[in-house]
Amino acid sequence: MIETVATVGLPVDETLTIRKNRLQPQENILTGEKKRISIVTGIHGDELEGQYVCFEVARRIREHRELLTGTVDIYPAMNPLGIDSITRGIPAFDLDMNRLFPGNREGDMTEYVAAKIIEDIEGSDVCIDIHASNIFLTEIPQIRINELHKEKLIPLAMQTNVDFIWVHGASTVLESTLAHSLNSRDVPTLVVEMGVGMRITRSYCEQLIDGIFHLMAQMGIWKGETKEPRRPIISQNPDDVSYLNATTAGVFIPHVKHWEMLKQGDLIGWIIDPLGGEVLDEILSPVNGILFTIREYPVVDAGSLVGRLLREETLKEGK
Amino acid sequence: MRKKTIYECKALYRDVFRVTGYEFGEGEKSVCVVGSIRGNEIQQLYTCSQFVKRLKQMEAEGKIKEGHQILVVPSVNPYSMNIKKRFWPTDNTDINRMFPGYDLGETTQRIAAGVFDVIKDYKYGMQFASFYMPGKFTPHVRMMKAGYEDVEMAKEFGMPYVVLRNTRPYDTTTLNYNWQIWETKAFSIYTTSTAEIDKESAGMAIRSILTFLSKEGIVDYRGHDGYISQVVEDTQMAAVRTKTAGLFESLVKVGEEVEAGQILALVTDPYEGEVLEELRAPVDGIVFFAHNDPLTYASTAVFKLVVREGKGLL
Ligand SMILES: [Zn+2]
Repeated sequence: MIETVATVGLPVDETLTIRKNRLQPQENILTGEKKRISIVTGIHGDELEGQYVCFEVARRIREHRELLTGTVDIYPAMNPLGIDSITRGIPAFDLDMNRLFPGNREGDMTEYVAAKIIEDIEGSDVCIDIHASNIFLTEIPQIRINELHKEKLIPLAMQTNVDFIWVHGASTVLESTLAHSLNSRDVPTLVVEMGVGMRITRSYCEQLIDGIFHLMAQMGIWKGETKEPRRPIISQNPDDVSYLNATTAGVFIPHVKHWEMLKQGDLIGWIIDPLGGEVLDEILSPVNGILFTIREYPVVDAGSLVGRLLREETLKEGK
Repeated sequence: MRKKTIYECKALYRDVFRVTGYEFGEGEKSVCVVGSIRGNEIQQLYTCSQFVKRLKQMEAEGKIKEGHQILVVPSVNPYSMNIKKRFWPTDNTDINRMFPGYDLGETTQRIAAGVFDVIKDYKYGMQFASFYMPGKFTPHVRMMKAGYEDVEMAKEFGMPYVVLRNTRPYDTTTLNYNWQIWETKAFSIYTTSTAEIDKESAGMAIRSILTFLSKEGIVDYRGHDGYISQVVEDTQMAAVRTKTAGLFESLVKVGEEVEAGQILALVTDPYEGEVLEELRAPVDGIVFFAHNDPLTYASTAVFKLVVREGKGLL
């Protein structure tokens, strides 16, 4: 059933509406306490991978409603104006919506919407917030966890069929994210980062969807067959990850594939100067490791992130 | 006066990205004034340019006291200004959310680090700041309650108000906050406008800074005594919010005194012209902030009023 989460009148003949699809079991099999999972995406209007995930989760459930034993709430568009206008933030305000939570019912339009979203998701047993990196970088399917909430979240993340779980340090700036607000309100919330902005990578989406159904089965929300999830690599130490930043402005030409094992000194890519026909810099792997982030958008400034590597030692410990 | 490049980096096809600073006087690093950090901060740029002009004159007249050095950085972000974008041209990040910066990090972290490295050792830091909502302010000095603020010192500017506000999570990445962490006495100075030039409040800001600097023994200046600043907590101001969205017509200006019940603005139907809402002052007060966009969303704080003491109705 499509339900309205929040509405706000816009100045000229338009209403902004945030909607969700609430999927519930057929009436006659209601027994006892039902669990609830919320699947959320589209906080960043240029991240679209979650669109296919929302569609396919709803489709599979509709096809086999008899297997559903709990509540699934699907929120495909937290920032509808952003998605429909190819804008990452909230258009007109130029605000990152994921820096507004928990919002304020008495505040302005953006704060009000944020508060209504939190109110609506509260009470869920698990929430999955699906992001798609940005237009610059492609990410292997991964879950990012604030170290403050790792005890609760790592076991859940293990069920979701992602390749990588990245536990990162706490930071005050992240206190205003949806995930932080929900986690501090006792809604365990997993942040998925996968694929790239403005595109849909179906293989990654299918991988996560299998994981979501597996997690739902573990929670008692789904009684259909599910696939055993892959064992993710878990990184909890900041030193596990090496960052590769462009040393100069230019155009980045990759020489390796995503999720490829690299040896120290391997060529990751060039930064070229099309005007002079020169290679300005060769980016080499600083360590032995696997590339879990790689730059997608070719034009770089000095400092632009080109990739992130997970050190070999972390991979061994994970197994 | 010495003109210096304080940070630069090369681009693919654009001219070199340069942050330029102007140094006056010689001696200890006394004062640093920063103008625009975002591309729409034209008033902040203008105010700096007028300040540079004034200091050039004062230096020639020997009015910068011995042993003091002043640095003015009119713009930390000429790239965004030149393409009329508020944030960084490629990734839309805000340099004023990147301090203290990181010299091996992403582009705007590097810019923040490079600039901060030059400006962090000053005794006093002043930034011409702007607000994210479209509107005009009564000129004021704004401080966040981060535990380092010196309200008495802020009164030395002689601006009409000193406003105190609570910190928010993102504050830890702003220039003002990091200046304070590095033991610079930091002040955010708000003039009336952002994307358009307001000469009157720019002039007031310059006189206020010079008044402050003369009280601190850095320049020789006998101009205005300014105001006896009123200290106001942001949360004590009376906000007037729209209930409806539509065309917005303001009937009052910033700085104006208003009475409880007075109509401050109308929201009208964008197609039929009917008045949808009359926004009235909830208290006797002075208009501190006024929305100045011809459209408004619903539940937007379009006015903030400083409550006149003893006259509140709420
Ligand atoms: Zn995102």
